[in-house]
Amino acid sequence: MKLDLITSLYVFMLAAFIGFEVIRRVSPLLHTPLMSLTNALDAIAVVGAIILVGEGKSRLAMILGTIAIVAATSNIVGGFMITDRMLKMFKASGPRKP
Amino acid sequence: MIARENILEITYLIATALFVLSLKWLSSPVTARRGVWAGEAGMLLAIVGTLLHGGIVDYKLIAIGLVLGTIIGVPLGRVAMTAVPQRTALSHAFGALCVTLVGTSEFYLRAPNVPGFMMGVLSLEVILGALTFTGSLMAAGKLQEVLPQRPITYKGQNFVNLGLLAIAISIAVMLVLHPEKMYLFPFMIGIPLVFGVMMIIPIGGADMPTVISLLNSYAGLSAAAMGFVLQSKLLIIAGALDGASGFILSVNMSKAMNRSFTNVLFGAFGQEQVTVAGAKEARPVRSASPEEAAGILTAASKVVIVPGYGMAVAQAQHKVRELYDALTKRGVDVKFGIHPVAGRMPGHMNVLLAEADIPYDKLLEMDEINGDFPQTDVALVIGANDVTNPAAREDTSSPIYGMPILDVDKAHTVMVIKRSMGAGFAGIANPLYYLDKTLMLFGDAKNFVGAIVREISGGHN
Repeated sequence: MKLDLITSLYVFMLAAFIGFEVIRRVSPLLHTPLMSLTNALDAIAVVGAIILVGEGKSRLAMILGTIAIVAATSNIVGGFMITDRMLKMFKASGPRKP
Repeated sequence: MIARENILEITYLIATALFVLSLKWLSSPVTARRGVWAGEAGMLLAIVGTLLHGGIVDYKLIAIGLVLGTIIGVPLGRVAMTAVPQRTALSHAFGALCVTLVGTSEFYLRAPNVPGFMMGVLSLEVILGALTFTGSLMAAGKLQEVLPQRPITYKGQNFVNLGLLAIAISIAVMLVLHPEKMYLFPFMIGIPLVFGVMMIIPIGGADMPTVISLLNSYAGLSAAAMGFVLQSKLLIIAGALDGASGFILSVNMSKAMNRSFTNVLFGAFGQEQVTVAGAKEARPVRSASPEEAAGILTAASKVVIVPGYGMAVAQAQHKVRELYDALTKRGVDVKFGIHPVAGRMPGHMNVLLAEADIPYDKLLEMDEINGDFPQTDVALVIGANDVTNPAAREDTSSPIYGMPILDVDKAHTVMVIKRSMGAGFAGIANPLYYLDKTLMLFGDAKNFVGAIVREISGGHN
């Protein structure tokens, strides 16, 4: 299933448009969790590193790829954890009044 | 029978949908946590799918990488909320590191037979990745205060920086034309690594929200470029989403400071502006004690609290919550006015106040709250300075003229908690302090707010 250049560009362009429209609607209240969440999602780059290491085509690829997996995994784990911790803190005023 | 490769493509497709939903649900605090779960589910699906169907022959190193990454990631997920900006900068560095390393490996696996287009996106991937890596490390260092926070400038700085970038791009062009010149590749990584450091050196603390957003955008774009190299739609889309998010936030931040991107990156704004301050030195200010402040606050019916980074530095959030509770109990309407650049990254102040248990519907953005100030009895400014400076609205000679501010000077009474009369981050005098309606409350934010709370609850029985 090969992607050619033009298809890739289409995918990128459409994703960027969706990104703009969806993210424009995120309340400024949540801009910090937004950044930590997109950062965690961005770490999906780990799949590229996994394939690189798993195929084991060269020693260099395996060493650099393993470091890449470490870096990306720490972003996934840390990013989702802190985003959830932050979002848990946002409470509306209604229920907490005695 | 569905082929292995198709199963993988379908898991990626579902993961992509979950990623978009994840961001969509983040639009409101009510659905936001569902967004995190969707993101986690998508991530898990994509990783498990890759492990099972990615044509992997050796799992040992992968397992080591995943375990080590988790060990590093857990403490990074548990940092204090005040440390979130440097954690975020660090995670941009990690993301960029991953992209750069994969790009480097891909080059040496494929060279010298790299088609022109492939070499072009690969160059983009490693140049953006490398400069984001060192740039983010520098930003994290400045935010963590292990590096000097003051902007460091020298003559010809912009010339040097642009020169470095130009050299890196020329190397990329040469490699696109002659991919067999493999000795050039290390330079294409090394120069952006240096550029990343040089880019952040002239940037001061107040510009960090814009810079972090910009680095976020670069990290996303480099990941998208990696998607082009690896022909992975999932990665192109995730990178595009991240890039778009960082871009929107950078635009927001620069608008909130009335500055262009180029101005943030090449301006080095943070020097002391002694000229403006000099003339106004001798003017008198009115100050008040905690007792007087408590009296005015309890007599008010509508109070707007304007917190700035100084509040977070003084760790006063929880005392501010106590003040909010004490006043709300007495029937005072208390709201918070949040400037977009309050704190060290976009939305940081909201997180700090939410952590102190202040309900999010009381946290209002600048545009929402500004219309309220003329009907506000007391505007209480805690550790904020430049974002309340009326000179930004009136004084065309002020360096911050044109920056949108919170119009606290339109409230009936203004109270400012401040350590001393020193100028703010940008070193600009604030005429707000010399108004007749302004009372200066000199002291540490945490202690002063604590003293006000004691006064209010003491007199309550």
